Amino acid sequence: MSEPSTETQAAKTASAPPPAAHEGHGHEDHGHEAHDPIHAANPHLAHHFDTPQQQFDAGKLGIWLFLLTEVLFFAGLFCAYTVYRSMNPEVFVYAHYFLDTKLGALNTCVLLISSLTAAWAVRNAQLREQKMLMINIVVTIACACTFMCVKYVEYSHKYHDGLLPGHNFQPKEQIWELKSFRDKHPEAAEYAEKLAKLDEKKAEAPAGGAAKPSEGKAEEKAEKIERPTEEELEPLLNAGLVGPRSLDPSAHISRPRMAHVFFGIYFFMTGLHGFHVLIGIGIWIWMLVKAAKGQFGPTYFGPIDFTALYWHLVDLIWIYLFPLLYLIH
Amino acid sequence: MASPTTTADAAIPEKKGADDNYLTHDKGFASWAFTLDHKRIGVMYLASVLSAFALGGVFALLVRTELWSPGRTIMEHDTYNQMFTLHGAIMVFLVIIPGIPAALGNIILPLHLGAKDVAFPKLNLASYYLWIIGCLCMLGSLVTNAVDTGWTFYAPYSTTTQTNVIPAAMGAFILGFSSIFTGLNFIVTIHKLRPPGMTFFRMPLFVWALYSTALIQVLATPVIGITLLMMIVERVFGLGIFDPSLGGDPVLFQHFFWFYSHPAVYIMIVPAFGVVSEIIPVFSRKRLFGYQFIAISSLAIAFLGFLVWGHHMFTSGQSVLAGTIFSAITFLIAIPTAIKIFNWVSTMYKGRIHLDTPMLYALAFLWVFTIGGLTGVFLAVMGVDIHLHDTYFVVAHFHYVMMGGAITAFLGGLHYWFPKAFGKMYDEKTGRIGALIVFVGLNLTFFPQFILGSRGMPRRYYNYLPEFQGLHQLSTIGAFTLGIGFLLTAISLGRALKNGKPAPKNPWGGVTLEWTTTSPPPYYNFHTPPPVTAGPYDGYENLVYDEKIGGYVAKT
Amino acid sequence: MTLHLLALLAEPQLPKLAPSDSFWLPVDASVTSRNIDWVWDFMIWVSLLVTIGVFVAIFHFITKYKAKSRAANEIAEKSAEHNTALEITWSVLPLFVCIALFVWGFKGFVDLRTPPKEAMELHANAQKWKWTFDYKCATGGMTDDTLHVPIDRPVRMLISSVDVLHALYIPSFRTKMDAVPGRYTDLWFQATKAGDYPIFCAEYCGTSHSDMLSHVVVHPAGQYETWLKGACEKADSMVGPERGKKLYSQQGCETCHTIDGTPKIGPSWKGLFGKMEMMADGTPYKVDENYLRESMMDPTAKVVQGFAPSMPTYKGKLSDKDIDGLIEFIKTLK
Repeated sequence: MSEPSTETQAAKTASAPPPAAHEGHGHEDHGHEAHDPIHAANPHLAHHFDTPQQQFDAGKLGIWLFLLTEVLFFAGLFCAYTVYRSMNPEVFVYAHYFLDTKLGALNTCVLLISSLTAAWAVRNAQLREQKMLMINIVVTIACACTFMCVKYVEYSHKYHDGLLPGHNFQPKEQIWELKSFRDKHPEAAEYAEKLAKLDEKKAEAPAGGAAKPSEGKAEEKAEKIERPTEEELEPLLNAGLVGPRSLDPSAHISRPRMAHVFFGIYFFMTGLHGFHVLIGIGIWIWMLVKAAKGQFGPTYFGPIDFTALYWHLVDLIWIYLFPLLYLIH
Repeated sequence: MASPTTTADAAIPEKKGADDNYLTHDKGFASWAFTLDHKRIGVMYLASVLSAFALGGVFALLVRTELWSPGRTIMEHDTYNQMFTLHGAIMVFLVIIPGIPAALGNIILPLHLGAKDVAFPKLNLASYYLWIIGCLCMLGSLVTNAVDTGWTFYAPYSTTTQTNVIPAAMGAFILGFSSIFTGLNFIVTIHKLRPPGMTFFRMPLFVWALYSTALIQVLATPVIGITLLMMIVERVFGLGIFDPSLGGDPVLFQHFFWFYSHPAVYIMIVPAFGVVSEIIPVFSRKRLFGYQFIAISSLAIAFLGFLVWGHHMFTSGQSVLAGTIFSAITFLIAIPTAIKIFNWVSTMYKGRIHLDTPMLYALAFLWVFTIGGLTGVFLAVMGVDIHLHDTYFVVAHFHYVMMGGAITAFLGGLHYWFPKAFGKMYDEKTGRIGALIVFVGLNLTFFPQFILGSRGMPRRYYNYLPEFQGLHQLSTIGAFTLGIGFLLTAISLGRALKNGKPAPKNPWGGVTLEWTTTSPPPYYNFHTPPPVTAGPYDGYENLVYDEKIGGYVAKT
Repeated sequence: MTLHLLALLAEPQLPKLAPSDSFWLPVDASVTSRNIDWVWDFMIWVSLLVTIGVFVAIFHFITKYKAKSRAANEIAEKSAEHNTALEITWSVLPLFVCIALFVWGFKGFVDLRTPPKEAMELHANAQKWKWTFDYKCATGGMTDDTLHVPIDRPVRMLISSVDVLHALYIPSFRTKMDAVPGRYTDLWFQATKAGDYPIFCAEYCGTSHSDMLSHVVVHPAGQYETWLKGACEKADSMVGPERGKKLYSQQGCETCHTIDGTPKIGPSWKGLFGKMEMMADGTPYKVDENYLRESMMDPTAKVVQGFAPSMPTYKGKLSDKDIDGLIEFIKTLK
């Protein structure tokens, strides 16, 4: 995260005439600058680098290594995701209905645009196009903020609906009440609703204290639906709500046991990604300040370049998160 | 990262006397706290790591004292569990991992390369402060309700125990970033800041070792980071990834954990290889035998180290096939390691050996590492490992490697570069006695543990069968011997800092670049990058010893 | 407290290591251990050889080639920087040794991991900090805290844990397997010598990890059935407080609850019955039969103030007769 910062700040420290490095060698009495026209000409060149090119190359290698660690960092999460998805596929089918694909898609677009402007800003810095540089950075920041706002909206929905990880997972809605599910599997939704209502009645009946006398028609009907035939299960089967061998749909229609794990993973992954976006916003603002001071030009554009690389990675991670979490069936 | 004004730079007057060096360059707390100089950061790391080592050592002695007799000796069950956990966590995360790379490496690496600094001085300082924050987190757990999970943090114990696991895990997480930053810095430094003429195969082996280590740090540490983060979230919110009662899989945690922690073993030992490779040729006055092999084998070991994590899990119920693959690759590591030992020993053949303190430590390293390495082979043999897994045999094995290998090499390196780093000579006699006591203590402490383990004594036991008492007592006596050895060494070095004779430029007759600057080095190390025309161990015959200055000078 | 626990374990139960004729290893008492011991011995000798070789070389070199003084400015004799024949020898020899070891180790591992089909099956349960073993009786089952097995018959242990990781470790059988909560693991052995051998928990599991000991009794030919019959009858016939008392030690209650009044991981049972206890949520509650029953079935429902909710559920592990027995036992502890 602080990769570009190091570069630039090290550069800043060297903006004063670089001090003599050879004092220990006492016998040489010339000033340092006299030896080193390169440092004198490049105020952003840190003392321990010989040329701006060397400094840029070092920074570039550094940022790539840093991005590598970031990829590995997220790779751990993707591994956990893969393991849980292969262990509990029904959870992922169940849970994706709760995610708002439209908001996710919106966020994907927003991030893609910001990546474009970030790349453009690098070009602007190289060509010293001061005005365009500022505009592009501002657009990038604006997109990042939009992204966070949309995330906020999504999170607060989840919070209100009780879709929280772990112990706090208490969804308020059943899956067949969701519009996304109804649109896709209207038949299954209807059937599931019917089943649920019957379940409710069944639960009420003995509670009413009339267990014996009510062994009438209603009970018989419930009895029948409790053991549906394969045919009757067809819509549920198609919706992925029951496994092919299951003849007892009730357990599956109520939510899968591990459903909370999905939301755990969802919040963890998107949260960590959101944190990276926030950091990114911070760095971009800092770049904006530096750009406003007119520091960037053909020989010194490393910080913008490195920030943009970081930003592309943040974008890329989202490109993976979006289908894995939102578009899974 | 706010930009601390670099007081160091701001305060530099144009001219200073001939004896100006990085230690005297400027004064005051801020000149150290905000320094960007790699040597000062290295010295701060050194002081911090040694303090942590003392703390971890105290815990070790407490643990060993408790084991003097079965049942209660000085503390309760839970206290004991906290003690060994803290001992492990401090020694691994705070001492051995940053020990050689961040402390010695920071001081020496740029000097080795004839560079003015590491590539990213600010990142270097950030890494140090992350270490401090990580350390504070660990201490936070220590002073509240200290963590009792063992340094391995195995779930679901770690996600359910009542002790303060979160600060300790957070500490390890932050220390991971400290380690990543150091590694990243070193890789870039080695790639981009070598002096003219220094090809990869003209780099000193310490640099090769640091390079391999840095690769592991960068590639493995993020995984432990995310694992610990998941563990913390699991504890707080009940994420459900590791705890089976929430639907998780505890074996997944072990896979994640060892995916980092096995390579981390090489983060600890490969730099030690580097130090020993520096010391042995200089004190044998002879070129290192098989330079290229040692250089490349460090990289090979680093690479293979990523593929063997499952050998920690032969008894976890993983499949026979997985176990077989992990075991086979583990054997592959044994061979380059064995060859390294043969190379070091052959370097001494027909040399002219000076048995000064650093060399004594290097010899001690060869001794204990041979034992530590061979017992590692026992553990790689699957059938035998089933019996030995999680017994004292494993404890003895990794202490022979970590303590006997990494720490003796660290002490050897510390004595070797002490004159360079601080410009003072230590008292040779006390140094040698210290090395001897440490060596005896090491073997006395850990050898009995092999026998304990193979006879079936499980590790992390507060209480034990009375049959094991004799060996436990031997081990405890050894631990106190070790303690005395370290104390003596600390006093010796402390006194040298204060009253030591001024060190010459090149007291041992090394030919690597750090010996071409003054002791201690000037603020910017080298005025211009010194050109390199030969290998790092060529040209001992071009140096002669000058008794007047107590060091080597170029033959005229 | 610790001593107390130790004493509790000590008299009848503290396992003893049988004398072994090997310096390094405990007595071997299973079919698979012979193989493993053979590899072990081989490795010990090879290691000794290598170690002595390296040490002799080091000592030889540092005495023969010791420099006189720095001032003497001696230069090392010219010698080869590498020697292909030598290097190949010391690369290839260890390689062969390693391949051999790998193959033997693999064989040993496969032997340990593949139980014969006809193996008798026993279930081991791990919980903090107690091993219990289930036996099949003619009518129902029986649980004991000691492992009893017949000699010369393969036994497959199915291992499970109710809380955290544990590991079943029987040094004399050279075998070990983690007990992982949420899944079954297994190990097998075939005892070859009648006797009594210790069982350890080898995976760190918290406070009393080191007291999670048990032992395995290998019955001589024909005697296992006799023992099982007797034990089953005894378990079946025992009722009331007597049954409760047996379960107290068998089911691991004793690892957390004392009967002498000192609180441990959980409240002491002494004088517990009929007492008003303050619950964690601040409400007082009288300890009666229903409370005790609930605490065994759903331990976290009402936790006494000052104690961690760490007790596992005993649902499915205790029969009604067992619960009655335990309640009766607690009632006797005035």
